[in-house]
Formats: sequence, C-alpha cells, structure tokens
Amino acid sequence: MRRPLWLYRLAVVAALVAVLEVLCLTGVIDKITMQAPHLIARDLYRMLVTGRMNGAIAKTATNTLISFVLAMTAGILTGVVLHRHRMMRDTLDPLFATYYAVPIFAFYPFLIVVFGLGDTPQILIGFMLGVVAVIVNTLNGLDRVPTVLSKTARVLRLSHADTALSMTLPAAAPYILTGIKLAVAYAFIGVIGSEFIMSRGGIGYEISFAYTNFDNATMYPLIVLIVIASVAINGLLSLWERRLLGRRGLQ
Amino acid sequence: MNSHLRGFVNALVLIVALVAIWQALYWWIGDSALASPLATVRYTAKLVRGESFEMHLFDTLRAFAIAFALSVVIGLAVGFWLGFEKLSGDVLEPMIVAAYAIPKVTLYPILLLAFGLGLSAKVVFGAIHGVIPIILFTLAAVRNTKPILIKAGRAQRLSRGQMVRWILFPAAVPEIFTGLRVGFSLTLIGSLLAEMFASQRGLGFLLMNGIGLHNVELIMSVTLLIVVFAASVSSLLLYVDHRLHRRT
Repeated sequence: MRRPLWLYRLAVVAALVAVLEVLCLTGVIDKITMQAPHLIARDLYRMLVTGRMNGAIAKTATNTLISFVLAMTAGILTGVVLHRHRMMRDTLDPLFATYYAVPIFAFYPFLIVVFGLGDTPQILIGFMLGVVAVIVNTLNGLDRVPTVLSKTARVLRLSHADTALSMTLPAAAPYILTGIKLAVAYAFIGVIGSEFIMSRGGIGYEISFAYTNFDNATMYPLIVLIVIASVAINGLLSLWERRLLGRRGLQ
Repeated sequence: MNSHLRGFVNALVLIVALVAIWQALYWWIGDSALASPLATVRYTAKLVRGESFEMHLFDTLRAFAIAFALSVVIGLAVGFWLGFEKLSGDVLEPMIVAAYAIPKVTLYPILLLAFGLGLSAKVVFGAIHGVIPIILFTLAAVRNTKPILIKAGRAQRLSRGQMVRWILFPAAVPEIFTGLRVGFSLTLIGSLLAEMFASQRGLGFLLMNGIGLHNVELIMSVTLLIVVFAASVSSLLLYVDHRLHRRT
C-alpha cells in the first residue's frame, strides 16, 4: 500500500521537472529568469564538489543548530515549569494563542539594532520562531501523561527530578517530538530568512547576493539545495515521529 | 461567558507584564538601542499622522488583501478537490506539508525574476504562504465529514457542486475557518517578508529603512503597529473560531 503512493509522488515531481525542462529548452522561460533543471543539477554538483559554498553552508548549519538547541532546551524547560504553575500558564495562554499570527521577522531590524549585524539576531529569530511550538507541544504532552504514572512515581518515592526523567518526559515524548520537529523547521526558516533579508554570510546571504548580481548559476543550485535539505530533514523527523507514535498505538 | 472574561483579564495582565518588561529592558540597555514604551507610542502617533505613512500602509494592505483573496480562492478549490479525490489527496498532502517546512524566502528571488520587482511578486509570495494551511484544513474538513451526511446527499442524487454547496461546505465551516485564520496570519507574514527583502514602499520597507537610518524609534513603532494589528485581528478570528467549533 505504501509503495505506490511514493511512486506517484516521485512521478509528480518528475513531471514538474520535465515540464520546466521543456519550457526552458523551448525558450518559453528565458535564460535570465531560470536555468534548465539539468543545468541546475550540474551546477549544484560542481558547487558541492569544489566546496565553493562550504563556508556558507557550515555557517548556516551552525546557526540553525544553535538556535534549534536553544529553542528545544528553553521550550521543554518552560513547558515543564508552566505545567506546574497554573496561574502563569493561564496568563501566558493568550500569548501562545496569537504568537504565530505575529510576523516574528518584523523583530529582525530591531534585533539588528540591539545586537549588531552578526549571528546573534539570526539565531534569536530562529529561536523565537521555534520556542513557542516546543512549549505548547510540551504542555500538550504533559497534559496527556496518565495519572497512574505519577501515582506510581509517588508509590516508588521518586524525587521530582527522577519522576520527570523516568516517568513524565518519556510518556510525553511523542508530543514533545512534534514540537521539536517544528523547532527544527523554524530554526532553519528563521536563520535562512534573516540571512536573506540582511546579513554578512550564510546560504541565505549567498542567494540574495547571487540574485543582485544576476548570477543564476549560483542562485538556483543554492535554492534547490535548501529545498532538498529541508524536505529531507522534515521527512526523517516525520518518520521518527510516526514510529514513536506507532509504538504507543497512537496512530 | 465567564471563561471569556477570564481570558480577557489574562490578556490584560499579559500586556501589562510585556510593557513592564519592555520598560525594564529600556532602563537596562539604554537609549542607543531601545526606545521606551512611552517614546515609541509618541513616535507612532506622529508617524501615523505623517504624509508618507498612509502610502506605505496602503501599499502593504493592498498586496496583503489581494494575496489573501487569492489564497482563499485557490486554497478552497484545491482543498475540496484533494478532499474529494482520495488518491490525489493521499499523494499530494504530504508534499504540501513538506512545502510548509521549506524556508520559502529563498523562493522569492525566483518570483522577482518571473514577475519583476513590484506588486505581483509580493502578492504571489504572500499567497504561497497563505494557501498551504487553507488547503490542508479544507482537505481535512472534507475528509472528516460524517459519512452519513454524504450518504444523505447521495440518496438525494446531488451533483458534485450541490454536494459542496449544501453538505460539505456547511459541515466543514468550523475547520475551514481555522484554515482561513492561519492562512490570514501566514499571508501577512509573507507579504511583509517580501517587502523587507526588496521594495521601495510598504511597512516592510519602512522597517528596513529604519536600519539604514539607524532610527530606533521608527523601527520600534512599525514593529509595534504590525504586532498590535496581527495580534488583535488574530484574537478576533480566534474568538469566532472557538464559537464556530463549539456550535457543532
């Protein structure tokens, strides 16, 4: 049952690429707008082999990783604390409910003014985008921990820390993983997006630099690289999430 | 009603707390990088009355409105189609979910090359953001329609158009509204992002211009306006959303 769907998806992508290829070769899409897909693939291959973009890739990857780890740690800790303190949680509830309606990128200029045009504003944007998703999903997971587990913990006289580590967090793990998956995507979006708007380096910067210099041979391969990277990361995490949920019989 | 009142009080406490944190940060960091809440509000009042502000605001709102209209029309059409056609839905839904996680900013140069620097590129970029949640929520809503309703429609020999008009759409309204709410926010984000990257007008341009001028008050005022607008519209939509969901 699973195989055919994958094949269909592959066929859809292949068809899209084929249409683009034909449109480019026949000149319906001119060279200034877009390169033919096979040229993009060739340029991407060359770019990766020569390592021309390795610096930019490393910079983006490092910043994404930092902002993801920050969002995950702060998110889970905040979630655990808020779960204990009903009042605080109720007060923050309106913030969580409207948080993703606010364009977080609008804070980027402000962060640049405060921290200067370096890595910090980019990391903070990725962090701000991701952290609330982790908090909300951690709370959701903790809400669903069966009461029998906390009772067992009390019977076994576990300390608070032991209860959290060996009972509550594992039980809430599938939901927390959903938040973590979002945090990865958001960290990537935040870092690339802010690099793209204004920065001094990274893949997003290279794309915008190539755009201003009409350098399609650099721009398109980089865009394809980012799309492939984010689809791959997201796919892997979804797979892991489904496994974890499946083991609990939740899906 | 009581829960609404409590929500209102919570929101009020939250706003007071946020302003207090802002003021504390101002005392801590100082004038050079931060404007105090009072100064920002004062500057905002002056900014809003200024002559060029209306032009920027109108430009952003126009792009946003067209983009959102496009998102709704395309999103509902595609959502209903994918909800109906089981195979297409199964094949395409995960692909659309994956598209949500792509940093779409990187696609913006392609739109600029295809449409030129101007309104259409901004509109398309906003619509790309907004259309995804509308498709996904509509699709889910159509799929989750109670089978008995669809059977009733079949028994009446409704055509596909009539089925949508009289059965699927009314049953799916709460879910679809959630999609529209999320789509609204994402379209706004998309339109602003587009303006922040490359444009000569609009609120996003005003923000980036503030960096060049090193005008902290301008940056904070525009950010404040955007945040207040987004948060209040979204709270309103959220309120309607809850009411719709409770009715069913």
